[in-house]
Amino acid sequence: MIRARIRKSFPARAESAAFSLDVDFSTSLGVTVLFGPSGAGKTLTLDIVAGFVRADEGRVMLDEEILFDGATQVHLAPHARHCGYVFQNYALFPHMTMRENLNFAATCAGSRTRKLRLERHRKVNEMIERFRLEDVAGRRPNEVSGGQKQRCSIARALIGEPKVLLLDEPARGLDAPLRAELYAVLRQVRAEFGTPIVLVTHDLEECLELGDEMLVLREGKLVQSGQPVRVLDQPANVDVARLMGIFNILEAQITALDPANKTSRVRVSDFELNGPYFPGKLRGDRIWLCVRPELLTARPRDGKPGSNQVPVQLGRIIDKPGGVRLEFSGGIFVDMPRAEFEPGRHNKEWIVQFPPDALRAL
Amino acid sequence: MAIDWFPLWLSLRVAALATAAGLILGLWLAYLLANREFRGKELLDAAVTLPLVLPPTVLGYYLLVLLGRASPLGKLYEAVFGGPLVFTWQAAVVAALVHSAPLLVKSARAALESVDPSYEKAARNLGAGEWRIFWRITLPLARRSILAATVLAFARSLGDFGVTIMLAGNIPGRTQTVAVAIYDAVEGGNGTVAAALAVAISAVALVILYLANRLSPKQVAE
Repeated sequence: MIRARIRKSFPARAESAAFSLDVDFSTSLGVTVLFGPSGAGKTLTLDIVAGFVRADEGRVMLDEEILFDGATQVHLAPHARHCGYVFQNYALFPHMTMRENLNFAATCAGSRTRKLRLERHRKVNEMIERFRLEDVAGRRPNEVSGGQKQRCSIARALIGEPKVLLLDEPARGLDAPLRAELYAVLRQVRAEFGTPIVLVTHDLEECLELGDEMLVLREGKLVQSGQPVRVLDQPANVDVARLMGIFNILEAQITALDPANKTSRVRVSDFELNGPYFPGKLRGDRIWLCVRPELLTARPRDGKPGSNQVPVQLGRIIDKPGGVRLEFSGGIFVDMPRAEFEPGRHNKEWIVQFPPDALRAL
Repeated sequence: MAIDWFPLWLSLRVAALATAAGLILGLWLAYLLANREFRGKELLDAAVTLPLVLPPTVLGYYLLVLLGRASPLGKLYEAVFGGPLVFTWQAAVVAALVHSAPLLVKSARAALESVDPSYEKAARNLGAGEWRIFWRITLPLARRSILAATVLAFARSLGDFGVTIMLAGNIPGRTQTVAVAIYDAVEGGNGTVAAALAVAISAVALVILYLANRLSPKQVAE
């Protein structure tokens, strides 16, 4: 488990603006995802934990060990931190075979723990077997497939029995089958090795698929943390909502609040909606109303709209793997299965239904 | 008349020794310049580059002052080896070294810096010390460029004239290298010798340059 409080600033340079990272977080067992857009400081955070970059101040702890402490000038070298690191490009040594790559790691780790040669050899063989590298053990990285490279780099990082496995955007640039393979391997690592994993990504699906816990970073700040489904359900602010792929973000005003019945009423430009009770908000507050596109339903217009139904015009139709995303007038997005959409495809006038419980106020 | 091939052999021997010494010195300096941060680093880099741009006679003059019989270094050498350094074939080695090592340092630094830093990062993370990283990762990955630079440095050592004549002089059969011998032959009106040596050294240089081109990294793995 990592507990970290990190501050690190970079002055503005000719090729980059000033940047400062200021985060305070802890990771759990299982998979913790560092999530955020490019330039949020995710990889920098990982590099500071791994010891490649020295923070200006703060403290990084791994289990009971202090890896970095600004006040007492503790800064352990990367190899003394028991952090396995998987690089974005795998960083398998191109002049060594798969087995030699693993051997190198075992020798380095062995000189630390004084493990016997035979023991190292056994360990390398075990890793080759567990990560299904038997057929390619004698080949160089440029002679094997992307999936094999990926497995080898994870195996190499695990050989020294690290206390945590850090992965920097492991799925970046991978096609769908390779991604699926990576997720399977990471689940295997979690199940068989029990090594906690910290993974950097800007991919929401990856985050939801793998993350037990997520930390949302934006512009060097931690903006929200929690279980991915929780964050998805209740984003902390509009920025997080956007990052989480919630496209319906509407300007609104609360016109009524009823704590007894746990209901509310909000006015959005030219229509009013019933919503749930919004704790901490007051009548008359201007809010951002967020609704996930998959929680809305739409149907071709067939009469007068009822309660919480809004008449709209169909704009763009965006095809997605799981169905279609419809963009309506007023910036309202609705996801629906393709089979449901097809019969009404040619209608211009639609009705969108807002389930009251799906509304979130930010 | 018979042509005396001694200058050619001397040149090859001097160049080989100078290159070997230059490789050790050059790799060390290149490693420092590529990996370490210290004050005066760029000044050191400039000082190392200086021999590439100064007239060879100026270099020779400095070396004479630095290593001559009256200088402390010259005296130390005499005390240890029992004879002066200047005007011996060993002085020719020093001259060739100073003439060619800057090329090696420059190329080796560029080669070491061109190795993707994520490999070194990975090795460091896995627990390798800096020494092991250099010998097992960085150097093998940069080896083709360094080898090509070594061959070029050898060729450059072979071609030195100015520094050699200042420091080692022109003693036939002892310190007279090819470049000096050709000059000597032309001065003495000995056209055949000059032509033969010139053709021979050109042929050697051609072979060396061909090898260097073959060694230059064309296809980078991945």
